Amino acid sequence: MRKVWIALTYLVFTLLLIIPLIKIFSGSWANGWSGFVEAVTRPQSLHALMMTGIIVIVVTALNTIFGIMLALYLVRADWLGAKMKRLLGSMVDLPFAVSPVIGGLMIVLIFGPNTVLGALFEGAGIKIVYALPGMIIATLFVTFPLMVREVMPVLGEIGSQQEEAASTLGAYSWYTFWKVTWPSIRWGVIYGVVLTVARSLGEFGAVLVVSGNIMNKTQTATTLVYQDVENFNVVAANGIALILAAFSVGLLLMMEWAKKRKEVH
Amino acid sequence: MNTLFRGKWWSFGFRSTIMLYFVVLIVLPILGIYSQSLSKGWLPFWESVSDPLAWKAVLLTVKLAAIATILNIFIGTMIGWVLTRYRFPGRSLLNSLVDLPFALPTAVGGLMILLLLGPNSLAGELLSGIGIEVVYHEPAIVIAMLFVTFPFVIRAIQPLLEEMDKSEEEASYTMGASHARTFISVIFPTMLPGILSGAMLAFSRGIAEFGAVALVAGNIPGKTLIASVYIFGEIESDNPQGAAAVSVMLLTLSFAILWTVSLLQARRTAK
Repeated sequence: MRKVWIALTYLVFTLLLIIPLIKIFSGSWANGWSGFVEAVTRPQSLHALMMTGIIVIVVTALNTIFGIMLALYLVRADWLGAKMKRLLGSMVDLPFAVSPVIGGLMIVLIFGPNTVLGALFEGAGIKIVYALPGMIIATLFVTFPLMVREVMPVLGEIGSQQEEAASTLGAYSWYTFWKVTWPSIRWGVIYGVVLTVARSLGEFGAVLVVSGNIMNKTQTATTLVYQDVENFNVVAANGIALILAAFSVGLLLMMEWAKKRKEVH
Repeated sequence: MNTLFRGKWWSFGFRSTIMLYFVVLIVLPILGIYSQSLSKGWLPFWESVSDPLAWKAVLLTVKLAAIATILNIFIGTMIGWVLTRYRFPGRSLLNSLVDLPFALPTAVGGLMILLLLGPNSLAGELLSGIGIEVVYHEPAIVIAMLFVTFPFVIRAIQPLLEEMDKSEEEASYTMGASHARTFISVIFPTMLPGILSGAMLAFSRGIAEFGAVALVAGNIPGKTLIASVYIFGEIESDNPQGAAAVSVMLLTLSFAILWTVSLLQARRTAK
C-alpha cells in the first residue's frame, strides 16, 4: 500500500510540476540557441526585464521596512488598544483575498487621471497610473501581507521581556532593536524577503491593469510573456519565461534554506 | 529633556507614517472599489451584476474553482500524508518542489500548460484525437487553478501530522483497529482542520486567479470567460463601474472565506 501511495505522489509531481518545468527549459531551445538569444535580446525584452528588476528592488525594500515596522506595532504597541490591534491584524490579510486584477482596478480607481488624487499628482507632474509609480503601488498592495505575516508570529513568540530588560538597563530603542529584537526575527525577515521577491517578480494581473502594458515603456517581463502569447509568438514567450522560471527555482532553493534556518533560529 | 522631546517626535512621526501607509495602501483602495460600484446608484449596480455574461462568468468561476479545490483536497491530503509519514528516496526534493507554484510567475504557469497541452503539442493532439478538448476549454482552466493552488492543502496538513501524538494512533492499533479504521477515526480528524482551511484558501485563490487562466482559457463570453478575465475586459473597454460591481461580488465572497478561515484558526489556537 505504501509503495502505491509513494508511486502516486511521484506521478502527481511529475505530471503537474516536473514535466511542465522541463518543457519550459526545453521549449526555449525549439529554434536553437540563437532563437533563445534573439527572444531575450529584443529591445522590448531587455526593457521589460529592466522594469521587472526595478519593481522587484523598490517593492522589496519598501515592503521590508514597512512590514517590519507594522508587525512591531501590531504586536508590541501599547498606544493601540487590543481591539484595534486585532482589527488591523485581520485587515493585513485582505490583499490575499483580492484578485490581482481587482487590486489593479483599485489603484486605477484611486489614482487614475479622472480622480481627485490622480489629478493632484498630475498637477505636480507625477504620473501614477500607466506609469512606474502605479505599478510599484500595485505590487506593494499585492505583496503587503507577506512580510507582516512572517514577522508577527515570531515577535509574539519571543515575547517582550528581553526588550523590556534592555530598555530598563538604559539602551536606546534603536540599540534594543538591533541587539535584541533583530537576531530573533532575522530568519523570518529573510524568508519574507524571498517571498516578496518571488511575488513581485511574478505579479501579473495587477500590473497588467495598472500599466496599460505599453511596449518599451511600462511592460514588465510577465506582461511581455502574455503579449507574446497573444501574438502567437510562443518561442519568444518561452525565452522570457525561461529566465523567470530560472529565477523562481533559485528563489525556491532560498526559501528552503531560509525555512530550515528559521526553524533552528 | 531635549533627547526625550526628540524621541517623542520621532516615534509620533513613525507611527503616523506607518499607519498612513497602511490606510492608503490597503484600506482606501478597498473602500474605493465598494463606493465606485455604487457610484451611479443601485440601479446601474444591479444592471451590471445581473448582466447574464457577468453572472455566468461568476458562476463559472465558482464552479471551476470548486472542482479544482475538490481535486486538491484528494491530491493534497495524499501528498501531505506521504511526504510527512513515509521516508523514501527523493522525499526532500519533492517536499521543496511543493512550493514551486508559489515561486513561479502565474503567467509562466499558464504558458507551461499551453506548451504541454496546446494545439501543437503531443498530448494536445492525442487528447483531441479522442475527442477531449483541453486548452481554450474548461479542463484547461481547472488545470491552471489546480497548478496555482497546489501547495495550500499540503502545507496546511503537514504541521498537523507532524505534531500529532503518535500514542493515539498506537493505542488504536493495540486495541485491534485496522489501518483503515485507525485512519478514519484517529488520523483523519486530526487532519480535518488543516484540510478545511487549506481547501478554503485554495478556493479563494482559485476564484481570484488571473494570470495562468487568462493564457489558457480562450475567454469566450458565457462559456470559458471567468470572472477575473471578465473584469479585465470591462476595464479595457472603459467601464470601471461595471468592473467594480462584479469585483464587489467576488471580493465579498473572498472576504467571507478569509474571515471563516481566520475564525477556524482562532478556535484551533484557543483549544
